[in-house]
Amino acid sequence: MDGTLRALAVAVIALAIGSLWTPDWIVFLATIIIAKGLVVLGLMVLWRTGLVSFGQALYYGIGAYAVGMAQLAFGLRDAFLLVAFGTVLAAAIAVLLGFLLARYRDIFFAMLSLAFSMILYGTLVKSATLCSTDCFAVLPPRFAGMAAGGTLAKNGLFWLTLAAATIAVYGVHRYLASPLGALTTAIRDNEIRVEYLGYSVERAIHIKYVIAAALAGAGGAIVALAVGHIDPDSTYWTTSGEFVFVTILSGAGSALAPFVGSAIFEALRAYATAYAPYSWQMILGVFLLLLILFLPQGVWSLFQRRVRRAAP
Amino acid sequence: MLTAVTILVDGLVYSSWLFIVAVGLTLIFGVMKILNVAHGGFYSMGAYTAAWAIGLYFNAGWPPAGSYLLIAAAAGIAGTLLGLALERGLLRYVYHRDPIIIVLITYAVFLILENLVLQIWGVDAYLAYQPDTALGTTRIAGLRFSNYELLLIPLAAAIGGGLWWGLNRTRTGKILRAVIHDREMSLACGIDVSRLYTVTFVIGAVLGALGGAVTAPMISVTPGIGVEVIVIAFAVVVVSGLGSIPGTIVGALIVGLSRAAAVHLWPEVELFVIYAVMSAVLIVRPQGLFGRAPLRRI
Repeated sequence: MDGTLRALAVAVIALAIGSLWTPDWIVFLATIIIAKGLVVLGLMVLWRTGLVSFGQALYYGIGAYAVGMAQLAFGLRDAFLLVAFGTVLAAAIAVLLGFLLARYRDIFFAMLSLAFSMILYGTLVKSATLCSTDCFAVLPPRFAGMAAGGTLAKNGLFWLTLAAATIAVYGVHRYLASPLGALTTAIRDNEIRVEYLGYSVERAIHIKYVIAAALAGAGGAIVALAVGHIDPDSTYWTTSGEFVFVTILSGAGSALAPFVGSAIFEALRAYATAYAPYSWQMILGVFLLLLILFLPQGVWSLFQRRVRRAAP
Repeated sequence: MLTAVTILVDGLVYSSWLFIVAVGLTLIFGVMKILNVAHGGFYSMGAYTAAWAIGLYFNAGWPPAGSYLLIAAAAGIAGTLLGLALERGLLRYVYHRDPIIIVLITYAVFLILENLVLQIWGVDAYLAYQPDTALGTTRIAGLRFSNYELLLIPLAAAIGGGLWWGLNRTRTGKILRAVIHDREMSLACGIDVSRLYTVTFVIGAVLGALGGAVTAPMISVTPGIGVEVIVIAFAVVVVSGLGSIPGTIVGALIVGLSRAAAVHLWPEVELFVIYAVMSAVLIVRPQGLFGRAPLRRI
């Protein structure tokens, strides 16, 4: 077991047990942090190849709306099934769109993914059946057939989120260590040489794109269940921009980094919206600039430096 | 028939607006290869400066004619200050970074500008309708069109013509085209590329601010107007092939006319027809309509 997995195990056990004694609002905030961390984890997989998606809100939104629609159409209430449905739906759409997007790089990749997410946004705002710009209420989930009450109502979704994050981090960690994952940075450095090695760059990127979409779908589904409310703004490009921001903030050093970044971001947001509502974006912008200029590898590189210095 | 005329006039007005808003983005990308997200910030800064100045101007009771000069002046001042500060103070230190990192840097600047607008002008809406209403309306095919909006068409033509003249008929323009073509070779020939970058960026910023300033009388200037504009301008620029000025004209026309058609024939798709066109063009021609396919480098 390497360091990342050990840290993962310790963190998950500590959080799962610790959440029994923490107040509701902290458990809620932690659920949101981890769910959005999942989205960022997906973006990190793309970012390692040098790809930035300015339209990840597309899959985040698909995950959220999948939950709402499955409740309406099939009366599905089980939290696990709902999150699984959101994940699979997002991944399935990414498989289709991936055939197109895998051919694009740099700015074109960013712009085309942005365009797709804006098409979804436009459709959602205008469609009366999905109740347009106002709400879309999501019913509280059930767990394995049980209507949630007591501890389960408070912690059920958090535990589910934790389980999803554990699987995701373990999966991404293993993926990055695999030959296909090792190609990530190689593709960023030189695509043509990777093709000379006999790998299909397009396929590798397609796979990354689907992974990123599935994670974003899961994140969107969980946030929808936690908040109990969906609106089209979750698919607007500013939402995508926030995810990109957290990706840069976290850095691509480890599969755990996105969750650290997400926690910092949500904490920053909680304080900034309370104490400086009109300069919240400005704080973000300044933070982003400082990060890019002085800490280009993200906050995770601080940990790495510590570790390297500690090791003789 | 009536609808066709309406769509045409509406589409031309909207295309002209799109061209004015997007051409600064094109210019900056063409010369500097920077996709400038902060353009949305220039737009809202221009809009607020103009709306605020127009408000003061009409409160003083001066004749409406001068307010048009005021719009241009507001855009010029806001754009020059912002452009100079951003290029000299920040961008020139990061030119060596990845293009996508520079996109993120301009995104950060955009976020900062969004709130700077709030800090300066507050959250209330600014209304500056006087320059629009002072010109009256014209009846075309039985429908009333605002003269101010119709004037956007010659304004867009003048900006396009001016840029074309500047790039093709002046010495600086020719040098600029050399830089667009091959930056390193121009450097080797003794061209001061750094200074040209500053000049280009300032012109681009002024054009962005001008987009906002001429829009101000037609809308209610509220926080967040830049957020929407930046994605629309991106769509136009991507459709036209990044960095091509003739392409921007065609791109603006395609996007503008299709949106006008959607508004009149199929209003449900109005919000996303722009992005549908953008996706379609990118799928068929990834480099945009007027772009050149990039060389693959080993």
